[in-house]
Amino acid sequence: MHKKMAFSFPDEVLEHVFSFIQSDKDRNSVSMVCKSWYEIERYCRRKVFVGNCYAVSPRMVIRRFPEFRSIELKGKPHFADFNLVPDGWGGYVFPWIAEMAGALPWLEEIKLKRMVVTDESLELIAKSFKNFKVLVLSSCEGFSTDGLAAIAATCKNLKELDLRDCEGDDLGWHWLSYFPDTYTSLVSLNISCLGSDEVSFSALERLVGRCTNLRTLRLNRAVPLDKIANILRHAPQLVEFGTGSYTADLRPDIYSDLAGAFSSCKELKSLSGFWDVVPAYLPAIYPVCSKLTSLNLSYATLQSSDLIKLVSHCPNLQRLLVLDYIEDSGLEALASICNDLQELRVFPSDPFGVEPNVSLTEQGLVAVSSGCPKLQSVLYFCRQMSNEALVTIAKNRPNFTRFRLCIIEPTTADYLTLEPLDVGFGAIVQYCKDLQRLSLSGLLTDRVFEYIGTYAKKLEMLSIAFAGDGDLGLHHVLSGCESLRKLEIRDCPFGDKALLANAEKLETMRSLWMSSCAVSFGACKLLGQKMPRLNVEVIDERGPPDSRPESCPVDKLYIYRTLVGPRFDMPPFVWTMEDDPSLQQLSRANLM
Amino acid sequence: METERELNLEATELRLGLPGTSDESAKNTTHRSNKRALPEQPVSANMATTSKNCDQETAPHTKAQVVGWPPIRSYRKNSLQPKKSEAEMSGIYVKVSMDGAPYLRKIDLKVFKGYPELIKALEDMFKFKAGEYSEREGYNGSEFVPTYEDKDGDWMLVGDVPWEMFTGCCKKLRIMKGSDARGLGCVV
Repeated sequence: MHKKMAFSFPDEVLEHVFSFIQSDKDRNSVSMVCKSWYEIERYCRRKVFVGNCYAVSPRMVIRRFPEFRSIELKGKPHFADFNLVPDGWGGYVFPWIAEMAGALPWLEEIKLKRMVVTDESLELIAKSFKNFKVLVLSSCEGFSTDGLAAIAATCKNLKELDLRDCEGDDLGWHWLSYFPDTYTSLVSLNISCLGSDEVSFSALERLVGRCTNLRTLRLNRAVPLDKIANILRHAPQLVEFGTGSYTADLRPDIYSDLAGAFSSCKELKSLSGFWDVVPAYLPAIYPVCSKLTSLNLSYATLQSSDLIKLVSHCPNLQRLLVLDYIEDSGLEALASICNDLQELRVFPSDPFGVEPNVSLTEQGLVAVSSGCPKLQSVLYFCRQMSNEALVTIAKNRPNFTRFRLCIIEPTTADYLTLEPLDVGFGAIVQYCKDLQRLSLSGLLTDRVFEYIGTYAKKLEMLSIAFAGDGDLGLHHVLSGCESLRKLEIRDCPFGDKALLANAEKLETMRSLWMSSCAVSFGACKLLGQKMPRLNVEVIDERGPPDSRPESCPVDKLYIYRTLVGPRFDMPPFVWTMEDDPSLQQLSRANLM
Repeated sequence: METERELNLEATELRLGLPGTSDESAKNTTHRSNKRALPEQPVSANMATTSKNCDQETAPHTKAQVVGWPPIRSYRKNSLQPKKSEAEMSGIYVKVSMDGAPYLRKIDLKVFKGYPELIKALEDMFKFKAGEYSEREGYNGSEFVPTYEDKDGDWMLVGDVPWEMFTGCCKKLRIMKGSDARGLGCVV
């Protein structure tokens, strides 16, 4: 029977329609409609996102999407940010660059997160992609300014070089001079992570001066305050600016220079930097404050009164990062002034002190949740919390999408009732129906996980530390959280039962991290055997897990779904649990 | 018996041991001195290192740091420190001599965070082993002993005083032959 589809369009038309579909999720859905849509879509997908670089091989990605121009790759698990993943674990980008170098000469964008990026990789990028435009390295390591020099020297069409939160080796600023005099296409430069004091201001000023499309410039701590004015005068069109060290001797000429330079920047919407800040120089930025939507003061050791003064000039703030010097009083002021606030992050100024050094409590968070109707994303470090406050916060702000609370001392109870904080966090998940990300802290029993499993249906990422009573807690989460993609757990008494009972769930998630829990080596082996499409990595610096009894808990466990079986670049302290040999053929076939 | 409980004899009982520790925990460990368990490396009297056996310790000013907690990035912790001023940039260079070695070396005490790192660096530099440090007996089990000359001109055993005090008063280092080092120690 031959059915003629009266409404089938030529491929070119479908391709044109698909070009309006940018989101990864939507593209994936499109590709599953039928075989011909799958084929058309894969040839015209221009942006590829790989959430776990070990879930798939570069060859497979290139085979399916032969024409992509932009790739985003993520490597290490999130807890690597807090030194829980030993050095050398993995996440090397070089194999990806090597494969793409030959197959995709027109690649324009590479965005990497938590990957190891060597100078060799950067040099290969520079050499291989003639139209390379965007390099974003987020929390990456392994490179030095030598690698950056190669990019600068070769990539004539480079628009973006963003090294946010990286740990690169800064061997001095001469790499900036490798941008040729003819190079003018820079739009975004973020070098705030580089550490060298050897700054070449003339190279920087010349670069900034000739790149008239520059919109984002984030300098690092080595750039002194008295150089800022000159730089700003070369780039009055800046939209996002990060200062260096915001300190200088109090001199009226420096001040007026600076204030004048800021005034000429009519487009500024975002400010950051402010290391070593001297309050007397703050008013220099007042002329731009009313237009600011984003302000990062998380390095600024300012007292509450100075912070309040500053914030009162910024009624249009949507995003604020600040130290807990702001105190409850500052947050109350923020709540009354910044009604458009969407994201707030409050970092601890004295994270290892035993006694509180500032007057920042749960009250500050309650105030903001009450006064800022658009607040949806919070990261808050404090030393005390109560169920009552959490319930109030939840009822005030059911529109939270990200709620990360860190009560600094592990297993801290409700300070008013001395009870666990189960009910408080329970309220958060119950009222905030669109919650996507949650980080727990304080004294918590299995009950909080029961709440989470019951209510947190849109939750995608959950971080747990020093919580729970036993396996039931983990079982609630794995069996109840339908949208869960990433689960990271440390120092919880979760063992084998919940993990093995919910093995299939793990294939629906990107990854699970468990460290200092109670999962035995025997259970890891069993899981590895049962689930060929999971890599069950045991990370243990004490030595081979089979040198200890099978019932011994493993130190760290990282489980992720993958199409390509155990990786080949594991260091000596990582073991991937073997698949059942009869099922091994299944995974080998996927490598072809 | 009941009267004993009411009187809460335990609270008033004289005993050796730190407050908060009890007989039960003492029985459970195989070896328990009444002092804090000493780590393997030489350490300053200001115990900044954690001792694994003592999970009931409360040290109000120095806290045992849990790895990766609280969850903040290292670059944030580093930025809370003030930027080094010119004076701080200059190191504390002291001469180091070793008995039997033909020439002296110089090291910058500023680059070390504490005794373990210093001793390791000296061991690497001069190819010797310092042995186990203890407050009572100094360095046990080795031919060579690290000593230093303090501000008063006295030769002292490295490791007895808090690290900060040491870097402030150390004028020179000398790695003595063990036999020469008998009788050295803290002036109590």
